[in-house]
Amino acid sequence: MEVALNNNHKFLSKIATNDGHGENSPYFDGWKAYDANPYHPQNNPSGVIQMGLAENQLCFDLIEKWIKNHPEASICAPQRGFDFKEIALFQDYHGLPQFRSAIANFMSRVRGSRVKFDPNRIVMSGGATGAHETVAFCLANRGEAFLVPTPYYPGFDRDLKWRTGVELIPVVCESANKFKVTLESLEDAYNKAKQSNIKVKGLLITNPSNPLGTFFDKETLKTLAAFTNEKNIHLICDEIYAGTVTNGNDFVSIAEIIEEFPTICDRSLIHIVYSLSKDMGFPGFRVGIIYSYNDTVVNIARKMSSFGLVSTQTQHMVASMLSDNDFVDNFIYESRTRLAHRHDMFTRELAQVGIGSLESNAGLFFWMDLRRFLKEPTFEAEMTFWRSIINEIKLNVSPGSSFHCHEPGWFRVCFANMDDATVMVAIERIKSFVLETRMLEMKTKAMAKTKKQCWQNNLQLKLSSRRLEDIMSPHSPLNSPMLRAQN
Amino acid sequence: MLSKKVTDCNAHGQDSSYFLGWQAYEKNPYDDVHNPNGIIQMGLAENQLSFDILQTWLDNNPDATGFKKNGQSVFKELALFQDYHGLLSFKKALVNFMSEIRGNSVTFDPNNLVLTAGATSANETLIFCVANPGDAFLVPTPYYPGFDRDLKWRTGAEIVPIHCSSSNSFRITKSALEDAYQQAQKQDLKVKGILITNPSNPLGTSLNSHELDLLFNFISTKNMHLISDEVYSGTVFSSPSFISVMEVLKNKNLINSEVSKRVHIVCSLSKDLGLPGFRIGAIYSCNEEVVSAATKMSSFGLISSQTQYLLSEMLSDGKFTKSYLSENRRRLKHRHETLVKGLQKVGIRCLKGNAGLYCWVDMRHLLSSKTFQGEMELWKKIVYDVRLNISPGSSCHCSEPGWFRVCFANMSEQTLLFAMQRVKSFVESMSKKNSPPRHEHLRLSHARRTKSLPKWVFSLTSNQLEVGDLR
Repeated sequence: MEVALNNNHKFLSKIATNDGHGENSPYFDGWKAYDANPYHPQNNPSGVIQMGLAENQLCFDLIEKWIKNHPEASICAPQRGFDFKEIALFQDYHGLPQFRSAIANFMSRVRGSRVKFDPNRIVMSGGATGAHETVAFCLANRGEAFLVPTPYYPGFDRDLKWRTGVELIPVVCESANKFKVTLESLEDAYNKAKQSNIKVKGLLITNPSNPLGTFFDKETLKTLAAFTNEKNIHLICDEIYAGTVTNGNDFVSIAEIIEEFPTICDRSLIHIVYSLSKDMGFPGFRVGIIYSYNDTVVNIARKMSSFGLVSTQTQHMVASMLSDNDFVDNFIYESRTRLAHRHDMFTRELAQVGIGSLESNAGLFFWMDLRRFLKEPTFEAEMTFWRSIINEIKLNVSPGSSFHCHEPGWFRVCFANMDDATVMVAIERIKSFVLETRMLEMKTKAMAKTKKQCWQNNLQLKLSSRRLEDIMSPHSPLNSPMLRAQN
Repeated sequence: MLSKKVTDCNAHGQDSSYFLGWQAYEKNPYDDVHNPNGIIQMGLAENQLSFDILQTWLDNNPDATGFKKNGQSVFKELALFQDYHGLLSFKKALVNFMSEIRGNSVTFDPNNLVLTAGATSANETLIFCVANPGDAFLVPTPYYPGFDRDLKWRTGAEIVPIHCSSSNSFRITKSALEDAYQQAQKQDLKVKGILITNPSNPLGTSLNSHELDLLFNFISTKNMHLISDEVYSGTVFSSPSFISVMEVLKNKNLINSEVSKRVHIVCSLSKDLGLPGFRIGAIYSCNEEVVSAATKMSSFGLISSQTQYLLSEMLSDGKFTKSYLSENRRRLKHRHETLVKGLQKVGIRCLKGNAGLYCWVDMRHLLSSKTFQGEMELWKKIVYDVRLNISPGSSCHCSEPGWFRVCFANMSEQTLLFAMQRVKSFVESMSKKNSPPRHEHLRLSHARRTKSLPKWVFSLTSNQLEVGDLR
């Protein structure tokens, strides 16, 4: 084994043999557990329910209906008004003009048509994954860094760092102020980097946030734009969840900020990463977009897009679909409505058993607060509890530590990648687990008290209903599954 | 403000005179009806000869493009499928196709295949897997200009050329290999491997067994990798037959050996099937670690599941693949002959080729001076006076001036014959007099007057050329 390892290191690159791919993160362990024992209502009803996958599966009925009614979107429809050959041969990295127009149109409509996008600034990439890596290659050299607010999407460790050699410096956000990004935390992170002699090239935000499910308010965005302008660093906004905001009119894109406040920052520092993977539910089609206000970046990113162009077969289909404004507007509306409904269903049901979450109104997930279930406020306890969630409750949720959260006890729970029936099963499992835990604690405490009575004959202990309530209260420190595990 | 990858590229920029040919074509593209005096594009290695066969298959199999399987919609499944292991049915179909192209003399394991967005991505990914920044790969010249971008740009790797010469039909020799290796040592570069294109672009020839033996011996003794870019494997239209590195491994009984862990193949459907827009590439390797790392890296450029599905249906149709491959070869052979004969009639010879979508044409005798400057002058005449956009050998890093790559499969037969007529007129006019070129005044930001190999050829960075189209 050792010889083989030595050989590998000799024959392969450092990149190929290091952990930069990030797959040793616990984020992926849950996936593996799910893959080994996936839930199925008929075939495997006691399997693991996947709640660690941020997918939008709620509106396929609308899309499939559209596909059925629009055979011309397929490259081989008999009534095609174009040439299959032309599409198959087209490998120009500018992309099909109709594709770029359709994407620009869609991006605008997702933002309530409050802002327009120039099709000539649309650059393709291999999903948002490819977009992020390309942006990093364009903006930073090896050893330079981006600031990233925590908690953040684990994939960034791979996308931004792995092959580029760029570093990520966390901007610590805290639950005490609902994980908002503050100027103070930005300055802190920036200065830490400076002290370590690391050159900061940009700030990357995800808006709406993954994993928080919240979006930035106008004032904060203005603060960020001013901060990056003052430091002369780039501002990269990953807006791939823009279409998942419950009330679309509340969402503010960075594109709107620079239109409304043109002097707030040099717009050549602003770049947007987008994709159809979340808003449309098309992760398989690999439609990633870089939209930069910097002409040089557009130019070079476009050349780099050769490494991950969108298949013209897909460009053609997407162009047809997203040029249909009636479909687009209805889709956006329906998707938001259904997502909000799902979100509310989960958070309401879980609140009934005393499980809270960060108040949110975007994304395909919510940020669940399980701090009081931890034996102690440590990441080890979080990991232990997480394993029991997978192995005992049989739900794959994502532990906050995998998102670089600075406080243990938070978990991301996805809700849009399953049907209604599975939602109910997941909710029931959580509820039963919480209630069972409490019953067990009650029993344990009752037993402990009985023992104590025997030992302390002089004491007169009576279980009052109030005490019972204490024990059953979700706020009781006895409500930890760890005690159950020990039994 | 921006990275070196961006700013260095600007330093070399698009001021290269090479771009002028492309720009000239775009401004004045030939059309047999609307613009018969326009420039004919012969610099694009595309296979446009067999679309009718593809079209017929698509017409008879509408489910493949209609997101249906056995009449049922598979749209949702495909839309959600982002597993970087790829659609198994597609990988199985692809390895069968690869095997069929190689006369079924070798088989491939779908588990050793990594899908990538085109061969462009495959080549870059492989280099990321086997070379550190500053390491080098030896590449025989002349080679596809896109390698300067694909192998070097973001990886930080270097290319050291293995000079091949017309004196022996540009075959790779032991001394050329050794020389290249020494050159790398002199430059303090660690050589991680050799990258060959087989069949060759731009030569249009497949490597013979002697060359392959040389390469295998070299990589064995020097403990390095061999990457074989076999994207033109399906375009071999005449003998000698194509020998894949996979076959060499088999014939030398090296399957599962240590050497086999350092041999990797790059494939694509852009040339064989003529589908460059669909971005279908793959890496094949018997090295588990390479497959594992490359698979993870493929996240940066996966193939659209919609396209994987279409091709899995198409390539699983054995009847189709068999008839397509043979008919496509036949048509390529015919086109190749048309070009060769047309040029022969006016005293222009081509390197004897058996593959590819182009010929490697010898125009040394038409040079005013046997220098790269002479080559550029001739090239400009051909672009502006003869109105054919062909690729000068210097853009392919050829060490001898006067060779040009001329594509024949990206136009109708009529257009090709018309191009031949233009060449005929040009050659006849040249032999009559030595009139000065009548082409327009060109804006050049660098005047290259050197007689030796131009330095810029070897300092090309990625975006020097709009190379995506050149391939």
